[in-house]
Amino acid sequence: MPELNLTGAPAHIRHGSNIGQPLTRRDGVLKVTGQATYAADNHPPGMLFAVIAVSSIAHGRVVSLDVAAAKRHPGVVDVMTPDHKPQLAIDPEIKTNPFVFRMEALQSNEVRYANQPIAVVIADTLEAATEGAVLLAPRYETLPPLVGLDAGASFVPPVVGVGNPTENHLGDVEAGLASADKQIDATYETPPQYHNAMEPHAIVVQWDGDRLSVDMPTQGLVLSLARIAELFGIAHDKIHIRSPFLGGGFGSKGLMGGPPVLGIMAAKLVGRPIKLVLRREQMYGPVGHRAPTRQRLRIGADGEGRLTALDHHARTVSSTFDDFYEPAADASHTLYAAPAIRTSHDAVRVNTGTPLFMRAPGEATGSIALESAIDEMAWACGMDPLAFRLKNYAEVEPITGKPFSSKALRACYDQGAARFGWAKRSLQPRQMRDDAGLLVGWGMGTATFPALMFQAEARAAIRRDGSGVMEIGAHDMGQGAWTALAQIAADAVGLDIDRVTFKAGTSDLPDAGIAGGSAHTATAGAAIHSAGAAVIAKLADLATGDERSPLFGAGNAGVIARDGRLIRRDDESRGESYAEILARAGVAEVEARGTGAPNPAAMEEYAMHAHGAVFAEVKVDPELGQIRVSRMVGAFAAGRIVNPHLVKSQLFGGMIWGMSFALHEQAITDRRSGRIMNADLGEYHVPVNADVPPLDVITVEEHDPHVNALGIKGVGEIGITGSAGAVANAVWHATGVRVRRFPIRIEDLLTQS
Amino acid sequence: MKQFDYVRPATVAEAVAAAAQPGAVYLAAGTNLLDLMKGGVSRPDRLVDVTHLDGLDRIETLADGSLRIGALVSNADLAHDANFAKSYPAVAEALLSGASAQLRNAATVGGNLLQRTRCAYFYDPASRCNKREAGSGCDAKDGENRGHAVLGWSESCIATHPSDFCVPLVALDAIVEIEGKGGRREIALDELHRLPGDSPDRESALKAGDLIVAVRLPPAARGFATHARYLKVRDRTSYAFAVVSAAAALRIENGKVAEARIALGGVAAKPWRARAAEDVLRGVAPTADAFQEAAWRALTDAKPSGDNAFKIELARRIVVRALTLAAAGTPARLPALPASPFASTSGAIHA
Ligand SMILES: Cc1cc2nc3c(=O)[nH]c(=O)nc-3n(C[C@H](O)[C@H](O)[C@H](O)COP(=O)(O)OP(=O)(O)OC[C@H]3O[C@@H](n4cnc5c(N)ncnc54)[C@H](O)[C@@H]3O)c2cc1C
Ligand code: SF4
Repeated sequence: MPELNLTGAPAHIRHGSNIGQPLTRRDGVLKVTGQATYAADNHPPGMLFAVIAVSSIAHGRVVSLDVAAAKRHPGVVDVMTPDHKPQLAIDPEIKTNPFVFRMEALQSNEVRYANQPIAVVIADTLEAATEGAVLLAPRYETLPPLVGLDAGASFVPPVVGVGNPTENHLGDVEAGLASADKQIDATYETPPQYHNAMEPHAIVVQWDGDRLSVDMPTQGLVLSLARIAELFGIAHDKIHIRSPFLGGGFGSKGLMGGPPVLGIMAAKLVGRPIKLVLRREQMYGPVGHRAPTRQRLRIGADGEGRLTALDHHARTVSSTFDDFYEPAADASHTLYAAPAIRTSHDAVRVNTGTPLFMRAPGEATGSIALESAIDEMAWACGMDPLAFRLKNYAEVEPITGKPFSSKALRACYDQGAARFGWAKRSLQPRQMRDDAGLLVGWGMGTATFPALMFQAEARAAIRRDGSGVMEIGAHDMGQGAWTALAQIAADAVGLDIDRVTFKAGTSDLPDAGIAGGSAHTATAGAAIHSAGAAVIAKLADLATGDERSPLFGAGNAGVIARDGRLIRRDDESRGESYAEILARAGVAEVEARGTGAPNPAAMEEYAMHAHGAVFAEVKVDPELGQIRVSRMVGAFAAGRIVNPHLVKSQLFGGMIWGMSFALHEQAITDRRSGRIMNADLGEYHVPVNADVPPLDVITVEEHDPHVNALGIKGVGEIGITGSAGAVANAVWHATGVRVRRFPIRIEDLLTQS
Repeated sequence: MKQFDYVRPATVAEAVAAAAQPGAVYLAAGTNLLDLMKGGVSRPDRLVDVTHLDGLDRIETLADGSLRIGALVSNADLAHDANFAKSYPAVAEALLSGASAQLRNAATVGGNLLQRTRCAYFYDPASRCNKREAGSGCDAKDGENRGHAVLGWSESCIATHPSDFCVPLVALDAIVEIEGKGGRREIALDELHRLPGDSPDRESALKAGDLIVAVRLPPAARGFATHARYLKVRDRTSYAFAVVSAAAALRIENGKVAEARIALGGVAAKPWRARAAEDVLRGVAPTADAFQEAAWRALTDAKPSGDNAFKIELARRIVVRALTLAAAGTPARLPALPASPFASTSGAIHA
């Protein structure tokens, strides 16, 4: 990969303090000038185009493909089918570890969901490959598909999410409900949703003997590399993956799905470089989605509005051939101080691609139901929704009883409410109108997301010219890793950001783990921080052990790195530059590695979460039922903010997604065929500019000494939680109509006028 | 992609000749046609690109006071033509409520009239669809049909015509000028689109090779300029087709409605002129009660074709609101969110 020409930031940087500065993204100029190469922008010489043919039925078997017709089409080079394909080293049905999901790599004629890959046409041009795929004219033996949340007998999965217990208990829920003065029992439904990253899944692949060169967007370079290695039976060091930029991933580019594997197989079959890009509608199947849920919440409260019990049950779906269960009910573990809590899940199997992680998996679906139910409970108690939440504020994590490592949620409530003007809200719904006569409603929701850490490694070096290098196979999905991690790197080696060569985005760099779980900045950042500390320690050894150095005898801990110099902690006037130290020692560079990982002892002792409070105003036409969000304020506490500019963007994006969850997003599945009828961005609605009102984000100061060395909690997903419920609650407050099936639609609000 | 011929005639006569052969279709901006081709819904053998024809991109006022809009005028250029917007404000408002700015910049007048339904089963070659393939069946009838027709539908097809532009046009008695094998002719826009009956594949009164060259608004259409509105309810604030829409235009004399024009969008396979409702209003004061009665009359024959009974009630309310807005008078400037219920309070910069 050519060196990226990342530009500096216009913001003034205080020396030695890169973290905390609102730098604009360093890859911004490359992106807006079209110079940022995404995977599909690569065109190695001799490259052919591969197009996937997908199934138009959801269940059954392919009985014939007109391969001859496809091959006759001018430009078509070959057609890969279950009968004509390179052999994989292992069966793609085998789950070699919990992060491996079953995929379709043409291992059989069986069809398990609509849009499943059933063949690959390889041609000189994209057009020829596309037409070849049409000419295959598959014939099927169709079986009745399983569709929807009532598709068949339900069962209790062994775990939900990533190894979470299916059920959790605290206290006696039935007794708590029985003793309550007020109770609600409400059922909410959320639809299937698709990630719909702007950049479709793409791969450009080239074999050179048994070496493999891959351009592919991935949120997990090393996981992808390991999966490719085992599927193709080649050593890790024979594979090179480049993923400098992702046009969004949201979880759908975390774990390898079938399509990139098909690209690699196609390149092997024809012995030429291959480019394979999914069409938008082909992203509605083999690359994951958010499963639908039906959630029942039973909540009790005493005469003073104190919760007596919280029971949250979630029904979800998985595919007929693999297991991923949206852990929706787990959202009720951490927020509200009920003395009795039960969360439980069950599931049915349906003919879809396997659902997967999608931005705030479980938290988003669970949050909209929980926040709606809490709102309903507040109303049942005759209380203001904020007062009710404060009354039930959890001082310790309810389900575990552990103290929080930090929790500035009260400040989020206070600052958010003040900025929004919440105090002026009417308790009763359908009381407020604007000058034009539109109904106005105010709603709120609490945001929460766990502060996770995975494993990562980084390599740091200081060079003879005094500059620094930081290497880590981190992933920029658009969130700003090129910038935020470079800021951490600069501080870690005591240099200005422009003096550090920051390398990321390729599989030959140290393993940065996965960009998911809102943990990438924290995890990669911790590795960078420790690698930086280690390389500075080596440099300090060179200096403090050398009697010619002004730092001689200061001891390793007696020096600090600042602005390219090591200086004595007890006498800042004494020091010398990195270049001087290395020159005298006669070494070209010093290097060191560092790791980032969760701290099991701290995790044992503390509950670790980011928090927030979101306030939304909606307007609803009283007769016509059309809804528009007119204002949103979100106040979030997420530990240390590495780059306020990028963090705000992340939180804006999350809040918009929350609005989208409440009002727009939904894959419409034909109940007879199991096929998705709106698999395009014209009809699968996400908010457009005109839907998005002025958004206001407050980042609340929070110091967390326990989550990791830098005190970072992560902001990638939390913005959706709370926001979806806030919008839904505002719709109720505007109209007096409680809609429990999402997205809320015009017809749901036509009941009154 | 299927291989096809592409021709770019220079004159209308050449275009009509080039389109005479079976399998030929006209290509305007392609914002609809190319999507249909990519999806395998339309598989023409020959594209006759009309975008380079001379003289079809003009907006001209004729001697009798009619306005003639060339078939190649873009949706955006027409809507932003100051004189046009002043004389036919509901049409400009409808245009600007459609699609997105990018699409409107490209889309042509002729293409907008002849855009195809958005029925998801029509767009999906794996579904049965009588419109796409005569006699194959209609998967929408018992399928996902929340957005489908409540007026004029048949057992063979329940699709709607999605155009916004056509709704005020049909209310204003627009005329379509056509060049065909037999020369030039014209028909009322109201007669251009056909209801499905038992042949939903035959969508319009055009014959093979017919080219729309212009749309004409008769002199009387200007008479509504001070009381004309378009209102479009949709699932998001912009960039969405109408769930239901309505155009209302009034000529008010001495406090009474001298003449009313009402048409509905998103309810039928054609822009739906509600003449019976117009009759209710003739000669009466523009009151809420009168508007309610007109709305009831407009939907007398409506019946749900699936999960869409709500559209009937919604349509009534939209008719009332559109008439109320029209009676209040055309605003001096088009709202930032044209045709939106949120027009007056939007805070939005553009739609
Ligand atoms: C995402 C999306 C959202 C949209 N939203 C809306 C909306 O909200 N409201 C709305 O009204 N529209 C909407 N549209 C539709 C848009 O208005 C139409 O696609 C556009 O008007 C078609 O014009 P065109 O010039 O691109 O036609 P083309 O796509 O080139 O042609 C469309 C059809 O008309 C025929 N045709 C074109 N010109 C002539 C002619 N002169 N004579 C005879 N036949 C002709 C073609 O053969 C073809 O069958 C949307 C479209 C998209 C893609
Ligand atoms: S409603 Fe009409 S367009 Fe839609 S599937 Fe049925 S026949 Fe086809």
